[in-house]
Amino acid sequence: MEATDIREEAPAVSDAQIIFDNVSKIYSIGDTEVRALNHASMSIRSGEFVSIIGPSGSGKSTMMNIIGCLDTCDAGQYRLNGQAISDYTEKELAAIRSRQIGFIFQNFNLIGNLTAEENVELPLIYQKVPQKVRHQMVLDAFEKVGLPDRRKHHPNELSGGQQQRVAIARAIVTEPSLFLADEPTGNLDSATGRDIMSLFRELHDLGNTIVLITHDESIAHQAERSLHILDGEVSE
Amino acid sequence: MILQSLKMAWKSIITNKMRSFLTMLGIIIGVIALVVLVSLVSGTTESVKNSISSIGTNLLTVTISDDKGRPVKLSDLDEIAENSDISEAAPIAQTSITAKSRYSSETAAIYGTTASYKDIAGLTLSSGRFIKKTDVDNHTNVAVISSDLATDVMGRTDVTDETISLDGKNYLIIGVLKADDSTTSTYSDYKAYIPYTSLIRLTDTVSTSITTFCVSAADENSTSAAETTLNNILYERFNEDEDAYSIQNESEIQEAMESVTNTLALLLGGIAAISLLVGGIGIMNIMLVSVTERTREIGIRKAIGAGRGTILTQFLIEALMISLIGCGIGIFGSWIILKIASVFATSYNLSFSLSMNVVWIAIAFSTAIGVIFGLYPANKAARKSPIEALRYAG
Repeated sequence: MEATDIREEAPAVSDAQIIFDNVSKIYSIGDTEVRALNHASMSIRSGEFVSIIGPSGSGKSTMMNIIGCLDTCDAGQYRLNGQAISDYTEKELAAIRSRQIGFIFQNFNLIGNLTAEENVELPLIYQKVPQKVRHQMVLDAFEKVGLPDRRKHHPNELSGGQQQRVAIARAIVTEPSLFLADEPTGNLDSATGRDIMSLFRELHDLGNTIVLITHDESIAHQAERSLHILDGEVSE
Repeated sequence: MILQSLKMAWKSIITNKMRSFLTMLGIIIGVIALVVLVSLVSGTTESVKNSISSIGTNLLTVTISDDKGRPVKLSDLDEIAENSDISEAAPIAQTSITAKSRYSSETAAIYGTTASYKDIAGLTLSSGRFIKKTDVDNHTNVAVISSDLATDVMGRTDVTDETISLDGKNYLIIGVLKADDSTTSTYSDYKAYIPYTSLIRLTDTVSTSITTFCVSAADENSTSAAETTLNNILYERFNEDEDAYSIQNESEIQEAMESVTNTLALLLGGIAAISLLVGGIGIMNIMLVSVTERTREIGIRKAIGAGRGTILTQFLIEALMISLIGCGIGIFGSWIILKIASVFATSYNLSFSLSMNVVWIAIAFSTAIGVIFGLYPANKAARKSPIEALRYAG
């Protein structure tokens, strides 16, 4: 269906930040091969707010892993900010994750024995930002997510919504070019979920690219554009 | 970066206080065993070495077991002393007597010798003089006594020109030896030196035939030359029978002693090092558990930009920190144990202190163990794939 058209159109988009060109990912479980992504093609422009929606097992996690440079594809090409990621080494992938991507996870993924502040500081440490600069950047990030007075708390002393705000602060502190959110409201009640979604819209209004992965139609519709994924194939 | 890794390592160590301490315990016990055992041996060695070198390393002692009818006389010793390699020679005969004054009496060791002995044995006097040649020639009843004997039998140390009774015979005290400050021993050192010829008269066990005499080499470097000369003289004198006499070289005794204690230190240190090794395996074990437990944390760290090297460094530093904190506690513990041991050992004339060499060895060993046994778990952590790690439901 339309997938064929997108495949042809996608590389033509000049200001595309993310380009999937015929990307395939194959997992072998025992003797059977599972095509998690099957010649998937799409593109996302810089500054877009896109949701990727699909049921579980559709390949959206695989897609997120590839977009987030946590994994590489087996066939086709993935370009992020003009760089062909497919044949990068693990070290180069780590560097791209560090500088260009901000992750937000469903279960927050904060490190338990570090305080909120230290969790947010961590990506800056990995970027080797000097301590003095770091401190101000962390304060700014907490200010942006509206949590300036919970910095010294450990994750288990915070509510789910607060933990997700800390996680978002950790993502924005490095000023990445792409925010990658995997079911960010999945573990939150609907009211807190709305707060978090409005935080994403604020981020988007500031000109950031946001890719939101979800199985929830109502969340997906809050994005500018939705990409549907089913059985490893992408459609608009 | 290193500072941050140290901070993170410290955080995860104090998060699991009990587990970290138990892991360290292996290293602590290993280090204490290593440091204490080696320090005890080297303390004992030091004490023995001091008492040997106080005798002098240019000293040769000759013991004659069979004189083949040609006994060594006092005049022969003068002849021996004329050799260029040999400085002096003096007979030494010993027996036990009762030293008595009007106030009290004690059992004392009495030595019969000649004037040369003072220099050979390195004796120093606090007052009076040592035995002279004329005393030996005239069989005079004069005595040089140790300060302990002076204090305990005569009541004070400045007793020159007073009389002491040795086995019932009156002897004129001509000199008092200086108290030996180098030893802190609590047992009393009762000694008296009298002319060799006087001792012959005092006891039946000593005759004009000398069975033991001491020789000092011209200097410390000519000890072996002196030994050769002496050996040649005696070999010829006793019908070429090597078993008729023996020559003891004090420096040889010292060397033998040192090699024995060094071997002992090496042996004990080796055993202690094995327990350190076991401690290292404990570290590896707990680090492997920790890596599995923290799989998700590793995934998070990788997702937000930590590379393999960063994760490797973090876990390696953690292992190293456990090992070195354990080492530090172990060294401190050893210091306390040696302090306590020293309190009890003073009565045996021993003093124990932390041997700095073994402290450095312990530190080096603990570092090596931290690195060797930390490397495998750290590498395992670093190689975890971020997706797998993030999916881990731990």
